[in-house]
Amino acid sequence: MEFENGKNGQSQTSPVPKGLSEKTGLQRLGKIFLYVFLIGVAVVQILPLVWLFLFSLKNNQEVFNLPPLALPQEPQWGNYVRVWTEGNIGQYFFNSVYITASSVILTVIFASLVTFAITRMRWRLSKLVLGLFMVGLMIPVHSTLIPLFNFFTNVNLMDHPVAIILTYTAFNLPITIMILLGFYYTLPREIEEAAIMDGCSLHRLFFKIILPMTAPVVATTAIINMIYNWNEYVFVNTFISSDKYKTLTVGIQNFIGQYQTDWGAIGATLMISILPILIAFVILSNRIVEGITSGSVKG
Amino acid sequence: MNKVMSDKKVIALYVLPAFLLMMVLVYIPIVLTGYYGLMRWDGIGAMEFIGLDNYKRLLNDSMFWRSATHSLLLAIFSILSLVGYLIISLVLAGKIKGADLFRKIYLIPMLLSSVAIAQLWMRIYHPTNGVMNRFLTSIGIENTPLWLADTNIVLYAIFIPIIWQYAGFYILIYYAALRNVPNELVEAARIDGATPWQIGYKIKLPLIMGVIKVTIVLAVVGSLKYFDLIWVMTQGGPNGASEVIASYMYKQAFNSYNFGYGSAIGFFLLILCLVVTWIIRKLTADKEEVQY
Repeated sequence: MEFENGKNGQSQTSPVPKGLSEKTGLQRLGKIFLYVFLIGVAVVQILPLVWLFLFSLKNNQEVFNLPPLALPQEPQWGNYVRVWTEGNIGQYFFNSVYITASSVILTVIFASLVTFAITRMRWRLSKLVLGLFMVGLMIPVHSTLIPLFNFFTNVNLMDHPVAIILTYTAFNLPITIMILLGFYYTLPREIEEAAIMDGCSLHRLFFKIILPMTAPVVATTAIINMIYNWNEYVFVNTFISSDKYKTLTVGIQNFIGQYQTDWGAIGATLMISILPILIAFVILSNRIVEGITSGSVKG
Repeated sequence: MNKVMSDKKVIALYVLPAFLLMMVLVYIPIVLTGYYGLMRWDGIGAMEFIGLDNYKRLLNDSMFWRSATHSLLLAIFSILSLVGYLIISLVLAGKIKGADLFRKIYLIPMLLSSVAIAQLWMRIYHPTNGVMNRFLTSIGIENTPLWLADTNIVLYAIFIPIIWQYAGFYILIYYAALRNVPNELVEAARIDGATPWQIGYKIKLPLIMGVIKVTIVLAVVGSLKYFDLIWVMTQGGPNGASEVIASYMYKQAFNSYNFGYGSAIGFFLLILCLVVTWIIRKLTADKEEVQY
């Protein structure tokens, strides 16, 4: 499942006859131009974040008077301490963690069960049910907001984290099932045949054999789900009103309002909110890349 | 074996939890949105059936059509930006050392929350202390724009971070597709004397047409329902200059308590997304599917 790009790129050269692979000066110049172009794009993608990091360590004096990309004379780590202790960022952070974690676990288990039933078991409506899940990919969140608002009010789940966890689970099922499908189709049938012959029950087969075998793709979907949930805005903004239940994404939005003119504090708040994702990316970039690619193309 | 694998009880047990969640939280709501659209309703009190009045109002609401135009503009810009993403991917999928690192760097903005991106770009566009205007001032431009406060500029000012945010996502998809183009085809063309431009345009592009179609659908539908960044940066303002369908719907429902009218807009958005998906699929349907 891993993409191996660098290697393919280099092996391309081998079958080319010698005369064609020799580089002329013009070709080399063209190559340099391409690298400059690609590095330019990388700078555009990264520079705003570098600037954010720099101003999160400055005081207003420095933000307003130094050139934007100048290093702070003395890094103001105090900005981070201040925003963490003054507001409810710690609480928001904790909420984001447990809401994200609960939804991811529910989504992955439910989606795995469905995918198993659809790809391995025989029943008449399986294609229809699969189609129903896949159409879910097309549905705009805003077309469900008012009925959901009404529904959660009626069942007393308004302003309650359970409403958010269930909504995240439902809305992430389609993409998760879609990524899992590809992997399940490749699992050899002999394994389950052998297991069933040996008198293994279906539950045992699923939980003890199939689920562990799908661990790599489950990890991929879990990470994709994690990023979506961590960043989600509309549902929390609409269904949660108490500060104590807000996630980091929505919490910082209100919190930043207090610091209208204190750039260092705003920068530090934003850095705290994106840091977990950046760290996850550094550690798990291959899986994230794989998850996003398989979640969008193999439809 | 067959008997075990078609055990109805087990199937129900495995499928129902997810199925019920989808029904209750996605499918019943979209039907209800259409139904609520027939009501006059403030979200708290009783509903009053008013037939198609909300939908008629929608057709004559100039503010709604203005929002719809903005959403459409965003969709057009997104399709145009796909061309740029495709060019970057074509370069990246050539013999580039470190291509893997490049595409990962490009992806970073896509992983961040729209709130964080919006807040960051609000600072970038800050009239006096933002990077944008400080740069313009430093090269001698005096009347620097107000960006998000200027009704003529605001919409385009918001498009830029959206294009920035999604660049890595589409480049990733195109890059993966381009890597799947068989080497033999590319090498054969090269030996026959095809230029890199011809190889890209005549061989690689037709082979990834399927993926390009998927991305067009994603970009257009994603644009039509776009909300987060705009809501955080301007709430559709100033004076509706950056209002889009989703932000207008949200305002009608949750700021003005026109839940009936908001539902009608939400239902319109749903139909729009489904119809547009269907149309793009039809328009780009292959006479002969390219296989590789």
